[in-house]
Amino acid sequence: MDWGNLFVIAVGAILINNFVLMRFLGICPYIGVSKSLSSAIGMGMAVIFVMTIASLFSWIVYVYLLDPATNFWGVDLTFLRTISFILVIAGLVQFVEMVIQKLAPSLYQALGIYLPLITTNCAVLGVAVLNIDENYSLVESLVNGIAAGIGFTLALVLMAGIRERLDLADVPKALQGVPIAFIMAGLMAIAFLGFSGLSVG
Amino acid sequence: MNLRQEFTKGLVAENPVLRLALGLCPSLAVSSSVENALGMGISVVFVLTMSNLIISLMRNIIPAKIRIPIYIVIIATFVTIVEMIMAAYQPALFRALGIFVPLIVVNCIILGRAEAFASKNSIWPAIIDAWGMGVGFTFALVMIATVREILGNGTWLNMPVAPAGFEPVLLMMLAPGAFITMGLILAMFNWSDDAKAKKLKDAVIKRAGFITEQPKTERSN
Repeated sequence: MDWGNLFVIAVGAILINNFVLMRFLGICPYIGVSKSLSSAIGMGMAVIFVMTIASLFSWIVYVYLLDPATNFWGVDLTFLRTISFILVIAGLVQFVEMVIQKLAPSLYQALGIYLPLITTNCAVLGVAVLNIDENYSLVESLVNGIAAGIGFTLALVLMAGIRERLDLADVPKALQGVPIAFIMAGLMAIAFLGFSGLSVG
Repeated sequence: MNLRQEFTKGLVAENPVLRLALGLCPSLAVSSSVENALGMGISVVFVLTMSNLIISLMRNIIPAKIRIPIYIVIIATFVTIVEMIMAAYQPALFRALGIFVPLIVVNCIILGRAEAFASKNSIWPAIIDAWGMGVGFTFALVMIATVREILGNGTWLNMPVAPAGFEPVLLMMLAPGAFITMGLILAMFNWSDDAKAKKLKDAVIKRAGFITEQPKTERSN
């Protein structure tokens, strides 16, 4: 197994092409759930979890059911990609929610309210589509899924930390709330631009 | 509410991006040029109109418990149609928008209008609502893209508009420029809302003061 390649994918997804700050995926939860640190961590964990299993299952569905070169029936069904991925993700989220509720009630208490929100989180569908666009193998897709989730959590937790302090700051009235959050996201994105000079591998 | 109001409410009063903060991901991601913004806007208008139409037609036969998955399948069908048409006739635009074409499925504006409006209204109001919201979305995108393209590239819709000697601000084309422009535009809308509310309040106080004939000094600050 090519560990170096996996490392490049992971660093790329966490820092260089951070899902939130560089690719603009998952902006709604990034602005909406970043008001307190504890909810940001809960949301982040839920997203890492869902992104990992969504990467796994969407890859299996695409390669074994849709792609004419590798699927069982040799018919080109790639036009069904968007529909099948969103259904796989929606079904998975529902299933995961039921399993967690049954097996780990305390985890369900922590993550429960965030799970339904994740179905329409574009970052999850985004990572599934990106895995296919980049022609990743199964292991590479998994690593990309986990790393994208970690990158999302990193951006979300950093933002929540700043916003908790911002409550004490004297912000002009028109900028209070969402506008200042966007401007801070812009400043964080400038900081993350620094990573694009990073050469790995 | 008549049809004209259904249309105009989406433009400013309930603008999906600037007021309701829906569909933020595409409005940041594809707003680096006005051309991309228009392409995305037209795609969303099409998907929104068709999904609102179909959902409004089927609103009495969709079971309430599984309505969300049904809405998503309907939306995904039209997104796939847009994907195929765009890949065939506008390959350059398709490449520029990239991953954000399939991601129209999870654009919360479309699912939001399906749930909040099309599932409760007849066909014409649903279509007009889709047009209003779609045009409002396009308007917001073009507004952000105008700022970013002029400052970041010195052009508008690929036509040079900047004066000679203008040095493009590369940052505006990159990710930070999108966030900062969005923040400032939202702040501008907040500021104009506050100014309007204050004006209204002053007018009310003035009339109340006139009726009760309070001395002027009490109101001056």
